[in-house]
Amino acid sequence: MSDPMRIRAQAAGGNATIRVLMSHEMESGQRKDGNGKIIPAWHIQDVTASLNGKPVMTAEWGPAVSKNPFLQFTIKGAKAGDKVAITWKDNRGESRTDEAAVT
Amino acid sequence: MSCLNSQATAMMCPRGMTARIQIALTVTLFAWAGAAMAQKSSADSIAEYRTMLQDGNPADLFEAKGEDLWKQKRGPKNASLEQCDLGKGPGVVKGAWVELPRYFADTGRVQDMESRLLTCMQTLQGFNAEALAKTPFGKDEQNNVTAIATWISAESKGMTFNLSQSHVEERKMYEVGKRLFYLRGGSHDFACATCHAQDDKRIRLQDLPNLTKQPGAANGFGAWPAYRVSNGQMWGMQLRLNDCYRQQRFPYPLFGSEATIALGVYMGVNGKGGDATAPAIKR
Amino acid sequence: MNRIDALIVAVATTLLAACSTPMPSGAELDKLTQDILARSFRAEGQAKLERISPDEDNRLCAESDQTGVALDAKVAQAIEARNMATIQPPKDGKFLGDWKQGEAIAQSGAGKTWTDKEGSVNGGNCYNCHQISQEELSYGTLGPSLYNYGKLRGVANPNSVESKPIVEYTWGKLHNARAYNACSNMPRFGHKGILTEVQIQHVMALLLDPASPVNK
Repeated sequence: MSDPMRIRAQAAGGNATIRVLMSHEMESGQRKDGNGKIIPAWHIQDVTASLNGKPVMTAEWGPAVSKNPFLQFTIKGAKAGDKVAITWKDNRGESRTDEAAVT
Repeated sequence: MSCLNSQATAMMCPRGMTARIQIALTVTLFAWAGAAMAQKSSADSIAEYRTMLQDGNPADLFEAKGEDLWKQKRGPKNASLEQCDLGKGPGVVKGAWVELPRYFADTGRVQDMESRLLTCMQTLQGFNAEALAKTPFGKDEQNNVTAIATWISAESKGMTFNLSQSHVEERKMYEVGKRLFYLRGGSHDFACATCHAQDDKRIRLQDLPNLTKQPGAANGFGAWPAYRVSNGQMWGMQLRLNDCYRQQRFPYPLFGSEATIALGVYMGVNGKGGDATAPAIKR
Repeated sequence: MNRIDALIVAVATTLLAACSTPMPSGAELDKLTQDILARSFRAEGQAKLERISPDEDNRLCAESDQTGVALDAKVAQAIEARNMATIQPPKDGKFLGDWKQGEAIAQSGAGKTWTDKEGSVNGGNCYNCHQISQEELSYGTLGPSLYNYGKLRGVANPNSVESKPIVEYTWGKLHNARAYNACSNMPRFGHKGILTEVQIQHVMALLLDPASPVNK
């Protein structure tokens, strides 16, 4: 069971700035361990953000994204009280969704 | 950028200027731009990069985990840490970190945050403190200790260091810490002082805080626990000191040992009045 | 004395006792530090406890650093003489090796820690503290710049008679810096077995070979 994301959603001037910190190893699949063996790739592949249930952003991530990734974006028209949900899916098929209200 | 032929610069180049004035203007603009570029040293660029990293510090993840662990019933006694006395009374976490290390009457010794946490995990939750101390960094319960330590330090964020020196044991540890700070050893004859006793020095491109006085003492001591971007790890002061000693080519300092606590007293007292910035982000 | 007076005296005495538990003397604190040192560390990998066994020269230098009081001239000279005695000339008579390998040694920080395999090749860690070539921007400032080291000292031909004093000084300094400065912060690369003689020859070339980028 993965650790929860930290989501901050702040409304200002008709939009909301969303900041998400995700807990994930993001192993690129190019590193080798002490014995010279490749450490298998384990990283987020898809990210979806939704506002009150409606998808507003999707992203496809690859091995270049670092460990414990930080994502920041703006949602037009979002206001205080709206629900923002972030979902990530990784290459092992694991997935996680966390929610936060816009303040 | 030439005023002589570019449409884009038409607005910057007033009509009717003679060619000579236009050239002079161009040269001045280039020189100014060149000077600005030359002023951005490697140190400036690194500082800029670090400021950008502040937002979204992965230390937040450890802080959140640490808070949960503090409140969760765990261990053989199935109890939370909410009655843990970090020096300001049972359960008082706000402001506790900026007064550590300090003397504790119940254990009869000076303790830093991480060793005190082990005491609480043993007495309240029934964990074996000695076994916890022997657990390598990055493994099992040590990860939980790191996360809780991160949260405890965050509860003092922005406050100023105010370590007590009123108990004789605290004063003794300061003196021991000072001696250890200057003690040379290992294959390279390094002391903490070799790197950390002068102003404005750096190792490769990493600036070195002068830990013998302000502002270096609070800047250095007050930044750990910190998230290290280069290896994606959360490091408490115990691990920071451990890795210092490793690079000094010393043998292995025991977790929560008197030597590490004494150094904490030395740095913390030197940093009196300085701001606590932990949990911070580091390269 | 009535009971209230007696009580006041008793409380005052207890308070005084707690506040006035005397601080140990300087010598007692030195001993306490050594005791704490001995019980705060364990061996790990190649880093054995003997690495922190008491060393009188290091103790004197640490005391001087801590108090800011310079060592007595005679004491400093004695330390320097002791360290000078450890310096040997190169076994094959050659002072300079290959500057390219010298650069690699200067760049490498490997070796001697408890995560390094015992007997593996050590680096000199030189760039941690010194500027050396002009190209390498990632250098430390704990030691003076060594850029143009040979050129600034007029070493046009390291094998010449005129260059001998500088060549021998540099060899000695790399082997055991404390032979020239009793409390130098520089590791004693030869004396402490950090670098081999061959490696020191390569670093010598980096600093003194006119063909080295350091002297361009």
